[in-house]
Amino acid sequence: MQARRLKALVVKESLQIMRDPSAILIAFVLPLILLFIFGYGVNLDSNRVKVGLVLQTTGPDVTSLSQAFSNSRFLDVTISHTRAPLEEKLIAGDLRGLIVVPQDFTAEAALGAESAEIQVIADGSEPNIASFVQGYAQGVFHIWLVHQAEDRGRPLRESSITMQERYWYNPELKSRNFLIPGSIAIVMTLIGTLLTALVIAREWERGTMEAMMVTPISIVEILLGKLIPYFLLGLGSMLLCTAIAVFWYEVPFRGGLLALIACTAVFLVAALGQGLLISSATKDQFVASQVAIISAFLPSFMLSGFIFEISAMPQPIQWLTHAVAARYFVTSLQTIFMTGNVWPLLLSCILGMAVVGLFFSVMTMRKTRKRLD
Amino acid sequence: MARESLVNIEGVSKRFKGDDVPALDSIVTTIQPGKVTGLVGPDGAGKTTLIRLITGLMQPDQGSITVKGLSGVKDTEKIHAITGYMPQKFGLYEDLSVIENLHLYADLRQVTGRERGEKFERLLAFTDLERFKPRLAGKLSGGMKQKLGLACALIGDPELLLLDEPSVGVDPISCRELWKMVQELLGGGMGVVWSTAYLDEAEQCDTVILLNEGKMLHDGPPSELLAHVEGRTFQIHGVKAENRRRVLMTTLQQEGVIDGVIQGKHVRVVMGKEKETPALETVAPGETAEWHHVDPWFEDAFIDVLGGGPGGHSELAEHMEEKPDADRPVIEAKGLTKCFGDFTAVHDNTFDIYRGEIFGLLGPNGAGKSTTFKMMCGLLQPTEGKATVTGLDLKTVTSEARNRIGYMAQKFSLYGHLNAQQNLSFFSGLYGLSGNKQRQRIEKMIEIFDLKKQLKHNAGDLPLGFKQRLALACAVMHEPDVLFLDEPTSGVDPITRREFWTHITGMVEKGVTVMVTTHFMDEAEYCDRIGLIYRGENIATGTPDDLKEQAKDVDGALEAPTLKDAFIALVQHSDAERERKGVA
Repeated sequence: MQARRLKALVVKESLQIMRDPSAILIAFVLPLILLFIFGYGVNLDSNRVKVGLVLQTTGPDVTSLSQAFSNSRFLDVTISHTRAPLEEKLIAGDLRGLIVVPQDFTAEAALGAESAEIQVIADGSEPNIASFVQGYAQGVFHIWLVHQAEDRGRPLRESSITMQERYWYNPELKSRNFLIPGSIAIVMTLIGTLLTALVIAREWERGTMEAMMVTPISIVEILLGKLIPYFLLGLGSMLLCTAIAVFWYEVPFRGGLLALIACTAVFLVAALGQGLLISSATKDQFVASQVAIISAFLPSFMLSGFIFEISAMPQPIQWLTHAVAARYFVTSLQTIFMTGNVWPLLLSCILGMAVVGLFFSVMTMRKTRKRLD
Repeated sequence: MARESLVNIEGVSKRFKGDDVPALDSIVTTIQPGKVTGLVGPDGAGKTTLIRLITGLMQPDQGSITVKGLSGVKDTEKIHAITGYMPQKFGLYEDLSVIENLHLYADLRQVTGRERGEKFERLLAFTDLERFKPRLAGKLSGGMKQKLGLACALIGDPELLLLDEPSVGVDPISCRELWKMVQELLGGGMGVVWSTAYLDEAEQCDTVILLNEGKMLHDGPPSELLAHVEGRTFQIHGVKAENRRRVLMTTLQQEGVIDGVIQGKHVRVVMGKEKETPALETVAPGETAEWHHVDPWFEDAFIDVLGGGPGGHSELAEHMEEKPDADRPVIEAKGLTKCFGDFTAVHDNTFDIYRGEIFGLLGPNGAGKSTTFKMMCGLLQPTEGKATVTGLDLKTVTSEARNRIGYMAQKFSLYGHLNAQQNLSFFSGLYGLSGNKQRQRIEKMIEIFDLKKQLKHNAGDLPLGFKQRLALACAVMHEPDVLFLDEPTSGVDPITRREFWTHITGMVEKGVTVMVTTHFMDEAEYCDRIGLIYRGENIATGTPDDLKEQAKDVDGALEAPTLKDAFIALVQHSDAERERKGVA
């Protein structure tokens, strides 16, 4: 190792980054686009589910129940007195479910609120939303029953314990709050792996690597000369993403900057290592980009828990996710943004990423030689 | 041996995975300090592999290499410290400027302090790149890139300088300058290895290692090799220009003739050992021809070592029907101009090509040859002017009219993942052949081009020579009237090249019209007329001898210029004209 040579390589690489529009594009424009898509386009939120309310009877109880549904901030209610028009809308997909207040409801309610029944029909083609419909309808109805009973001075027997729901860490249940930190992890995977995979393969293709190999340079210097500039570029991109998340999307940032940088640094080593390994093994930009997308980008999407819950995956796939550095990074970022510095969790993530990073670094060192055959 | 060898190569063999034949086979040689060693041979001969073995970037399967006594296996670091290496494509960072490239290599080689400043000054003056210091390397011309590559390779004051095909993609003038620079370096005792596929460059080298298909055919001064063919090289003078190709074909079929090419208005012939030249009445009937003794060329010797060139008989042409006469030019270009943005790639190019004529577009890379070519074929729309083939604009004609042309694109444009048989079927189908006729033609092609053994191989895996044959077969299977050939023999060995020209010559005799682009000077000699393209302009048009005469006019010092000399003189003249106009 020799400081002057290393510095020369870092300077060279930095100049190339600055002059190559594609590097800037991937590092600073792509995050903007991805964060825009994830911030506005993808929405897993459950609020304002569209449902139809069929009131087959009338009366003061029915009016107050209908008001209870209409006032719910989770439901967007369309009211009708017959089923047919609302069923049509349900079939057309304009409504996600139907709540039917049957003809005998008033009579039943008069006997005692707890014996009154309503029917809930949910569109099961999207189970997730169906369960929202069911849950919200039930909740609204339950609260209404309690209020009714109280008004009549006859508290419900079995409901003497009432449920007070509280969602921790994301009290408003905004999916954006966990999608944005997750998408930052995807962006960093792209920058780390794809960019490095491409730039070394490019040197092989243009013959510059061959010329460099025949100087007294060492492999460690070549690899560090690539790692350092892209590491810094990655950190810069990370800060940009964080700023967008916090100031534009108003995602809470409850952890510390130090924890963020520590996790990013370790993750970048793993991602960059993987990119270096890919390009040392393929020496061809096209192949390198394909391999990078299949082995890094897609897993970071599918196996990181970013969109698909890991605990819901089959056991063998769950084991596989441990080899994906993005998995740990998604968890770390979501924790740092929404929860705070939960060091035991963060440290276990850092350890996971460090193991993956170490594996790729050792493999790259072994695979890259000053040889062409 | 007066001095100790710089590099010792002892019994080195190297075989790559999946190849039947070794890339290098038992090479034993040395490289001497203070000399230019030419590493000469066609593509695929093993030149680059040998250079990479010397640098330690590859290890031999057998044998050993030492550089100044340092082992190529254990001491590669020390070897790298005393070696300067310019790989193919020069190994420059295109998005760094000239000076940044120099700084990078100076740092990598630990050249610091005052020494660094002095060295930069010297190298920039030496390569005449001082003016271009802030320019990005990617924006330099081929010749300037080559010089910068050399400067970067020289920064560490190497004792061994390895140049891998430094003249590829560089115009002859820059190449000549590079050669002069290298000569200046030798005084300090530096050993230079200059690899090239151009056999005429070999003659200038102090000593030559001649490779073909991994085997070393010669190791020693070029004069030694030339001595083998001494007294066996002749020219037939006094043949009428339109007959010279026919004379060549007939001569090549005579007993004792091992090689022959067109050389200006003469026919150059190499005779076998102790063979009499054939009677002129046989080879050139009705001509006032005579034999002249000439000095041997390196290529004569190369063909001789390989056991002679192919004969002059083209079975391909023999089976072709005579093409109908035409009273007007078959190919016409009128004021062809092509602009890409504000860059004019081709400016006001006009020429006519007649039936049974070979017309060559000659010029350095990037001069606008291929652009002109693509406009002729209807692949590019001219910005101004008009291109017609058999009176038709290829851009708008029907596919039947297109069936009258054959096109062989640069790098042979075969489908690499289809085998040879499938390529033949596909292309014959494209050109409208079907049924029995298609089957017969394909069989004929397989026979003529000796493709039987290669049929089941993917085109991408074929040796270059076979690729070229297959590409030609695909282009001529439907017996076109007009043949477009874009760099048809780039990189192929001289034997295959001769074979190729035998077929072309034969077809032209039958009335086929050929338009060809090339940067091989000896190939240009086969052309009836040449358009010299430089910086997008047609700076001269005429027969090869016309061009030589024109060159004598602009440069009085030239006595008997070769086509290359003529080329250089005319290009320099054009540059001077341009400058003069610029000043005025």
